[in-house]
Amino acid sequence: MWWETTITALLTLAIYTILVGDNPIFKFAEHLLLGLSIGYSLVVTVKSILIPQAIAPLGDGQWAALIPVILGSAMFLRVHPRLAPWSQIPLALLIGAGAGAAIPAMMQARVLKQTAATISGSGTVDGVIILLGVLVTLMYFVFTRRHTGAWGRAAVAGRYFMMIFFGATFAYTVMSRMALLIGRLEFLLSDWLGVI
Amino acid sequence: MSMLRDRLTILTAATAGVFMVVQYFVTSPGMDATYRAILNWMQVIFACALMVGIAAVVKNHIVRLRRRRAERPYSLVLLASVAAMASMGFSGGIDQGSSFLWAFNHLQAPMQATVFSLLAFYVTSAAFRGFRARSVESAVLIAAGLIVLIGRVPLGEQISAQLPAAAEWIVNVPALAAKRAILIGIGLGMVATALKVIAGVERTYLGGR
Repeated sequence: MWWETTITALLTLAIYTILVGDNPIFKFAEHLLLGLSIGYSLVVTVKSILIPQAIAPLGDGQWAALIPVILGSAMFLRVHPRLAPWSQIPLALLIGAGAGAAIPAMMQARVLKQTAATISGSGTVDGVIILLGVLVTLMYFVFTRRHTGAWGRAAVAGRYFMMIFFGATFAYTVMSRMALLIGRLEFLLSDWLGVI
Repeated sequence: MSMLRDRLTILTAATAGVFMVVQYFVTSPGMDATYRAILNWMQVIFACALMVGIAAVVKNHIVRLRRRRAERPYSLVLLASVAAMASMGFSGGIDQGSSFLWAFNHLQAPMQATVFSLLAFYVTSAAFRGFRARSVESAVLIAAGLIVLIGRVPLGEQISAQLPAAAEWIVNVPALAAKRAILIGIGLGMVATALKVIAGVERTYLGGR
């Protein structure tokens, strides 16, 4: 519908007004976006996590669900200055369990798989370049050894490999943001104004 | 009292951490059930933490509404939009055709996309101001960035037929090598930090105590 598109277009333009400097129109749009995002998170969290995993099981008489409810409620102690430190216990469970889950997951996904892919692909010229690139970049990150002599030269080569990676990553970032910009401009010029 | 509480906190983190590591290697129905229960608990605690954050933002804006005259209209917009979105979601549901989903599709999502697209301007402006080939490293970075940028758009093929292939090679060989090394480094770093948390050496989550 035209009026829906007009509202969306006006809000899009309101956000773009920041390009000429901070102004009340942008501030209005910014606060509206923040409020909508907070409201969205609130509804989705309650409907997809709290109701099915805490409130509904308690309603069915599954009293084990009381444990996360009590731990979760302890998070609210943060608002009280004297009781706030007790909110660290549920936080410790989150951090401890997250750390424990991360050890095998990180070893598997980040260290072993990447190492295996690097070694298994070393049968070609490109594979050898990748293997050498991985080695010299890792050597750059060894800070317990002085970067002098052969080690230092390898570390410098590692730095060049990283610069190539940062350059490529920058190019991808620019392209993805440009794609979003083109999408928004296409919406304004085509969907809203119909000039293209 | 505070020492007992700190010990209890460290013990909770250590027990949960050790259990999560052990359950990866040992499979039994009891272990799997406990693992799933802990994952559910984590989600509920995380949801409650999010609620605390939301309450803090709302409280701050209520305070702003009372004290700062210039900021009042914006705080009012924020509080009204939180209330509107929440009431639409709780009363009308979040399914297809609901006003909640309408607000998400026609207000929130386009505005978010616009905010992210703004970065195109800032990234370009930062590149113009910051990209000076003052050293060999920065020259390599600029060259790699330009080749990938131009090689991945239709213009690149018109400039030279080799440019897209060069961009592809840069992404798939030298950039991949550095990416893998960085990923291995991050993985090892995360494992080391996780071990420090479980062993109680890393205690920054206790507020630096």
